[in-house]
Amino acid sequence: MISAIVFLPLLGFIIAGAVTLIGRRMSIPAGAGHGGHGSDHDDHGAAPMSAANDHGHDAHHAAAPGARFAELVTTGFLMVSALLSWIVFFQVGFGGQGYHVRLLRFIHVGNFVADWALWVDTMTAVMLVVVNTVSALVHLYSIGYMAHDEHRPRFFAYLSLFTFAMLMLVTSDNFIQLFFGWEGVGLASYLLIGFWFNKRSANDASMKAFIVNRVGDFGFALGIFAVFVLFGSVAFDTVFANAPALAGKPFVFIGLHVDALTCCCLLLFVGAMGKSAQLFLHTWLPDAMEGPTPVSALIHAATMVTAGVFMVARLSPLMEQAPAALSIITIVGASTAFFAATVGLVQNDIKRVIAYSTCSQLGYMFAAAGVGAYSLAIFHLFTHAFFKALLFLGSGSVIHAVSGEQDIRHMGGLAKRIPLTYWMMTIGTLALTGFGLPLSGIGFAGFISKDAIIGATFVGHGPAAGYAFALLVIAAFMTSFYSWRLVFLVFHGKSRMTADVESHVHESPLTMTVPLMVLAVGAVVAGMVFMRQFGDDHGVADFFRKSLFLSDHNHTLHDIHGAPLWVELAPTVMMIAGFGLAWLFYMSRTDLPAKLAAAQPVAYRFILNKWYFDEIYNFLLVQPARWLGRFLWKKGDGWLIDGFGPDGVAARVMDVTRGVVRLQSGFLYHYAFAMLMGITALLTWYMFAGGAR
Amino acid sequence: MNWPVITLLLVLPLIGSALIVASWLLRGGNDQAALGRDARYIALWTTLITFLVSLTLWTGFDTKSAGFQFLETKPWFGGLMSYRVGVDGISMLFVVLTTFLMPFCILASWQSVDKRVAEYMVAFLVLETMMIGVFVALDLVLFYLFFEGTLIPMFIIIGVWGGARRVYASFKFFLFTFLGSVLVLLAIMAMYWTAQTTNIVELLKYDFPLNLQTWLWLAFFASFAVKMPMWPVHTWLPDAHVEAPTAGSVILAGILLKLGGYGFIRFSLSMLPDASANFAPLVFALSCVAIIYTSLVAMMQDDIKKLIAYSSVAHMGFVTIGIFTFTEQGLQGALFQMLSHGLVSGALFLCVGIVYDRMHTREINAYGGLVHRMPVYAVFFMVFTLANVGLPGTSGFVGEVLSLTGAFIANSWVAVFATTGVILSACYALWLYRRVIFGPLEKPSLAALNDVTAREILVLAPLVVLVIGFGIYPSAVFDITAASVKALLLNTHLAVKTGLPLLAAY
Repeated sequence: MISAIVFLPLLGFIIAGAVTLIGRRMSIPAGAGHGGHGSDHDDHGAAPMSAANDHGHDAHHAAAPGARFAELVTTGFLMVSALLSWIVFFQVGFGGQGYHVRLLRFIHVGNFVADWALWVDTMTAVMLVVVNTVSALVHLYSIGYMAHDEHRPRFFAYLSLFTFAMLMLVTSDNFIQLFFGWEGVGLASYLLIGFWFNKRSANDASMKAFIVNRVGDFGFALGIFAVFVLFGSVAFDTVFANAPALAGKPFVFIGLHVDALTCCCLLLFVGAMGKSAQLFLHTWLPDAMEGPTPVSALIHAATMVTAGVFMVARLSPLMEQAPAALSIITIVGASTAFFAATVGLVQNDIKRVIAYSTCSQLGYMFAAAGVGAYSLAIFHLFTHAFFKALLFLGSGSVIHAVSGEQDIRHMGGLAKRIPLTYWMMTIGTLALTGFGLPLSGIGFAGFISKDAIIGATFVGHGPAAGYAFALLVIAAFMTSFYSWRLVFLVFHGKSRMTADVESHVHESPLTMTVPLMVLAVGAVVAGMVFMRQFGDDHGVADFFRKSLFLSDHNHTLHDIHGAPLWVELAPTVMMIAGFGLAWLFYMSRTDLPAKLAAAQPVAYRFILNKWYFDEIYNFLLVQPARWLGRFLWKKGDGWLIDGFGPDGVAARVMDVTRGVVRLQSGFLYHYAFAMLMGITALLTWYMFAGGAR
Repeated sequence: MNWPVITLLLVLPLIGSALIVASWLLRGGNDQAALGRDARYIALWTTLITFLVSLTLWTGFDTKSAGFQFLETKPWFGGLMSYRVGVDGISMLFVVLTTFLMPFCILASWQSVDKRVAEYMVAFLVLETMMIGVFVALDLVLFYLFFEGTLIPMFIIIGVWGGARRVYASFKFFLFTFLGSVLVLLAIMAMYWTAQTTNIVELLKYDFPLNLQTWLWLAFFASFAVKMPMWPVHTWLPDAHVEAPTAGSVILAGILLKLGGYGFIRFSLSMLPDASANFAPLVFALSCVAIIYTSLVAMMQDDIKKLIAYSSVAHMGFVTIGIFTFTEQGLQGALFQMLSHGLVSGALFLCVGIVYDRMHTREINAYGGLVHRMPVYAVFFMVFTLANVGLPGTSGFVGEVLSLTGAFIANSWVAVFATTGVILSACYALWLYRRVIFGPLEKPSLAALNDVTAREILVLAPLVVLVIGFGIYPSAVFDITAASVKALLLNTHLAVKTGLPLLAAY
């Protein structure tokens, strides 16, 4: 069963990929020029929803042969996978079972032993459910969303490829397969961000995503090497078993005397920072919104970007032995949560607002993991998958309705025109902002998981925890503000759409709204239903069992119960305050935002331009690298090495020999041929004469 | 198996060239078209048969044994030297890689070479004998003859069938390699005087004095470093690649660059372990510089082939690092990286050849949006680009991760510098792909391009299978090399009297 869960998406990818290739090859006229071809694609790239008013689903099928087949196969496979995942989830999480299937030898060199394996414990089972559920819904949604794209088979192939890689990532029993899945999802992300390959911005964004992730993987890889050097193994069970013995041991890394496990954990965490878009390595995530919206929902909200959180939780036996590393993880997570929330306040692209929100929520998860509340990090990962996928798919439905427009300044008043989407987005927003009744345990999914995280940072030890608590509470306020700002600007007030767009507004088809409703159910109940399994210290012990390691002095989960009343109320107060301010700014006194921006121009521009990270990186890294590359090529290779090497020598030799010997190319050929003949003759002579002896 | 497989492998390509010469003589040089056809088919069948014969090495190989197998020995020149050939796990790999790549080279030249076809094919067949010879030779003199012998056909291939600046490129190629050759000859003579034998199997056991080791090591280094090529003696490679015909580039990247790595393993590491340990920091430094320097340079290239050539230099940096880490991971990683690079860069040059045959330019700016007209080609190119970037699941990853692991064991600084290569390779490779394949198809010259033909698919598909196959199941290779590598490292560790603080446990 577990093999079916993992390999059905791979099979789907192969089938859909074959359909794509055969279809593309057939549809290209041979030889004779077909000038209009490129510009056809341009239309698709620039305005994917340009034909959004036309909902005849079969109208464009002729353009993509086999598209329906590819859609149905991949979506069907994912549905089966998702169903099986839930069965496994209950078997493993509640039935106490576990799977460990070894498939094939991978790399066996000395102690460096890694196999292809499928390892399912509770942690993995949670991820299986998240990945396959969201992926199946996104597949279904895409049938409607991508109905007008002639490259559909390719799109579905990539979606399934992504799912396969993500499943390999979460089922790994060693660092190497983990890395395989890690880079595999990166590849799928690269392909999907650049799905509309005619768009320059999409190509740029896809490269940026891959390269920034590679920067993270640079640290990740070094972390794996360090683990191998320390433990003599890359298998999780061996490494985890020996971690306590290495706690506090010194280690020399690039000449520095450091704590061995702290060093490993931080290097590995650099990988998590890249994949999960944490501060300094976050720049690719907003740009990744260039990809089609279902991709943003699946990869850049619900699953791939949470891989870093999964990794930290998976490595809890290592992390628990490295308190200094955990503190840094908390600081980075909390700073990201704060930073991304500030940027989210003023963005005008509907998807970018949600993207920064994702970045911010991932920060919450890391902050939780950093204070030792790994189960809460996974809990928030789990609930966030539902409501953030809901928000993204909902925003896709909005974009679909307004003919591809993404700027919320050009929307407004949509609530009555697309009521179903409106209500779904509202549910998502309530979940994200943490709407619920404090102290009662009743509330939307985000209320349960996020408030628990804020509580955990309060009771956590060390200065990092206090820092995180303060920032996370402020971020909760900003989250509420930017989320409601989005809802008000998009759905309420007067319409700011052009007449043409206005006339085409329509609710999305069932293939798109059904996934929204399913996710909405999750966004409402996921927190309340699973509170005990993720949030209660006894419940966690029963549910996660060995998949999570907590050291003896980690009492964070238990201590949350003892947190003072004001701590429990703080997030809800912030949520209400954020809502109130958003109401004031965008419903009641709509002139205030502009005035505020005018009064604080520097601050406004600073956050509008995302704290200038892209500009700084471009100035500090990209430009110097290009300059250096050109310099080394022209001056290093051209002037120095060749100038004093072969060209110089040749020139001197020519000076000396000019007039004495006519050094012509023909001469060298003769010389060379002579040598060749000589060797051939020698060999022949040996064969006949020497061999006979 | 009693028949002399290795001698057969050496002779088969020569028989093929003899047949081509015979055809030339029979036709009297009048009917060029028919002669060309004969030459192509003879060459193709010869290389295919040679490949099949070489597979018997693989199947008949005893993976448990670390020693040389399929040994053949005949005294030569009255016992002064001898014709002694054989393979161990390390060299067998390269022999099969050589015979495997040859049919692709012939196929890739099927239409793109149309002048002096017979001579071209003869040069390639002779080159095949030379390359196989290098890997199987177990006598110093024999090794030297083959090692230098490879230069000549390659020199001719570039010089005659190359591009516009072919004369400059072939001169440069010759000039760089020539100096090293002379020094190696001196080193071989010194070894003979000291050890009183040219038998490589004996020399592997011989304990050279440290002082002599240093000089011998430097002499070998001069030659092998150029062949790899290592920074700063790499500048011949981009020129040679750019001017060489497609098949020449494939062989250059696929096999000839591996002669240096093979030499390092067989001679420097195995026979001169003390000197190797002493000089390891030098090799590390040069390799790290190579990885970063050439990756940056690759990023700025306007010529597709030059870009791939520079990326080859960077990838060879991983190989040299891996070899001199004295670790099983490093050495296996280096071997695997050489194999993988042979397949991947060979495939990339074949890919470039495919569009070059259609457009007759290698300027990146002349392309853009090829995916619209050549979707299947785009997929092939993508797979090889990703393998070049070292994506897990492709062969490129395995070699990189292992050699870098070895590097970390030896010295974490080396690992940090070398690992930056994974970022930089993504930069130049994806940027190249994006400029050539993605984007709108705007240039009118590209509007009539045709996708890959059946022959081209036949050439690329097996490479895709191997690149992904070895990426998923690299054990197929490690099983062959493991015994030899372990034995080599054991001997080396025993022999090293001074030098690195080695973590022998790994």
